[in-house]
Amino acid sequence: MNGPLLRVENLVTAFEVRGRSLFAKPLELRAVNDVSFTLAAGETLGVVGESGCGKSTLGRSILRLIEPTAGRIVWQGRVLTGLTDEEMRRARRDMQIIFQDPVASLDPRMTVSDIIAEPLTVFEPQLRRKEREARVQEMMEAVGLAPEMVNRYPHEFSGGQAQRIGIARAIVTRPKLIVCDEPVSALDVSIQAQIINLLRRLRDEFDLTLIFISHDLSVVRLISDRILVLYLGRIVEIGDSRAVFDRPAHPYTRALLSAAPIPDPKIARNRPRVQLTGDPPSPISPPPGCVFSSRCPFVIDACRTAQPPLIQTAGGQQAACIRLDNAFQSQAPSV
Amino acid sequence: MAALLSLEDYSIRFRTPEGDVQAVTDMNFTVAPGERVAIVGESGSGKSQTFLGVMGLLAKNGVATGRAMFNGVDMLKLRGAALDAVRGRDIAMVFQDPMTALNPSLRISRQLTEQLEVHQNASRAEAEKAALAMLERVGIPDPVRRFRLYPHELSGGMRQRVVIAMALLTRPKLLIADEPTTALDVTIQAQILDLFRELTADLGAALVLITHDMGVVAGLADRVAVMYGGRVVEEAPVDPAFEAPAHPYTAALLASIPRVDRDAADIQPIPGRPPNLIRLPAGCAFHPRCAHAQDNCRATPPPLSALAAGRRAACFHPVHEEKAA
Repeated sequence: MNGPLLRVENLVTAFEVRGRSLFAKPLELRAVNDVSFTLAAGETLGVVGESGCGKSTLGRSILRLIEPTAGRIVWQGRVLTGLTDEEMRRARRDMQIIFQDPVASLDPRMTVSDIIAEPLTVFEPQLRRKEREARVQEMMEAVGLAPEMVNRYPHEFSGGQAQRIGIARAIVTRPKLIVCDEPVSALDVSIQAQIINLLRRLRDEFDLTLIFISHDLSVVRLISDRILVLYLGRIVEIGDSRAVFDRPAHPYTRALLSAAPIPDPKIARNRPRVQLTGDPPSPISPPPGCVFSSRCPFVIDACRTAQPPLIQTAGGQQAACIRLDNAFQSQAPSV
Repeated sequence: MAALLSLEDYSIRFRTPEGDVQAVTDMNFTVAPGERVAIVGESGSGKSQTFLGVMGLLAKNGVATGRAMFNGVDMLKLRGAALDAVRGRDIAMVFQDPMTALNPSLRISRQLTEQLEVHQNASRAEAEKAALAMLERVGIPDPVRRFRLYPHELSGGMRQRVVIAMALLTRPKLLIADEPTTALDVTIQAQILDLFRELTADLGAALVLITHDMGVVAGLADRVAVMYGGRVVEEAPVDPAFEAPAHPYTAALLASIPRVDRDAADIQPIPGRPPNLIRLPAGCAFHPRCAHAQDNCRATPPPLSALAAGRRAACFHPVHEEKAA
């Protein structure tokens, strides 16, 4: 295929938030602010950032589950942002989503079989019952669920198994793209690696392209080819996974990496840290200039004048920072 | 040194319509004054219930048996005013969600001063002074202004700082922190963990850190107890516990954890899932998932036996036995 599978151009998703008083003008909250990137078929893009950075809104905006305010989403050469609701609904056959809370995302009154078959009744209504059942069994096998579980209800399953059901439902229509929104965050640590390995296997088996959203860098590292770091709705760094983890360029990426706990007491005691003070600012009133300027340990006056564009770094990734060639780059390696 | 807290033959059981849930079984565990010990385990391991039992905070259908000796007094025998005198003064507890500890309708100032007025008979003015000093101590910027705010006006990280200030106001000897940073962003988590480290050292308080996160354990604790299926399966100082884990569960858990400094190829998931506490497997609760399991593991639960100095493991076939001996 020519060109990328997905191209996101200057995407903005804004919400209106009520002002301080009932009669005050509503405020605008830009959850996603001028985000652009491309995704090649078969690629896995990890989207990381802290709560409120816009990562889930970005994932949902791409599928138009939340309507973007501006910008374009181009899917296999077709502009999704202009489609009617009905056209978009049909396009979603190729684009599925997996949610964080596996049990809550499954209808408690439906059996496993009904849940997994539901997308088929929408997108392939011509299928006979026997064919549909065969597809469900095939998916259950693919995600590692025993065939005899087919008539059980969601509450009978553990979190890990429920997430397998959610994954089976997502892949049953053979989509090309799956947005995984914090798919292992609610699971026990010993189960997280099982589900990540499953997603990796399915990606190869079904030629899937993944957008993998998580607050947890260690989980994102396990599955991503490329990493996109969001802060206050903006991309602050994007590039190959190895480059971002081995030589993070943006001060925020460096702080995130150095704050991620490492289960090794000797490393934990001795690793250099990029310590941040304070909390992220509210997206309703971002700081002037660079979105990270209010917490950045390397901030200078020039950072407060304009949001820096993404700049090519020595490591090959892109980062939105005007101080990339400065001395702090040589201090404090990542992890 | 005499133990500050000593759990002896300590068990917790819940009665439910589906049968009895054995949440904690035959625990023998001590916390020394001033030490930082982590209790680590997955959901259902019993790590939280153990200390809710000590504090007399179990759900109504739960019963703790054995002894929980704190400063020579059995916490399980205390009731009413005698229990309240220890809780919130000598032992304080911090939970995952700071809003569970904060009254949404009271200003920060009132939540803090109440502690001192109740437990130390301080006057309002004295209490306010001490509370403000503690807010500053826990790193709340502009404490004078924030003193007059309500909890919902603060960020999650700030709320947790307020809760920590509240917990430390009475200078407790023991601080129990149950997943205190799990709801926080990673950069805020790092700040709060630093705060725990500094404050417990300054005040000489012992810290029991209950967590599912081995990374948090490695960064903060001196000693770790690993729980599985309601039992302590391994107990050791942090360095040897991470370097040469003795229990196969500890080893498997460490090998399964995604790490920012490791690639996917180095991660080995643990097959299966944690046990159902209503129907615990016979023998060692970990045996269905254990690569080292043999016949005796399926028959009897292995006792928690001493290995090297300060190390214990509940396993008939420990890993790294030779290194630990």
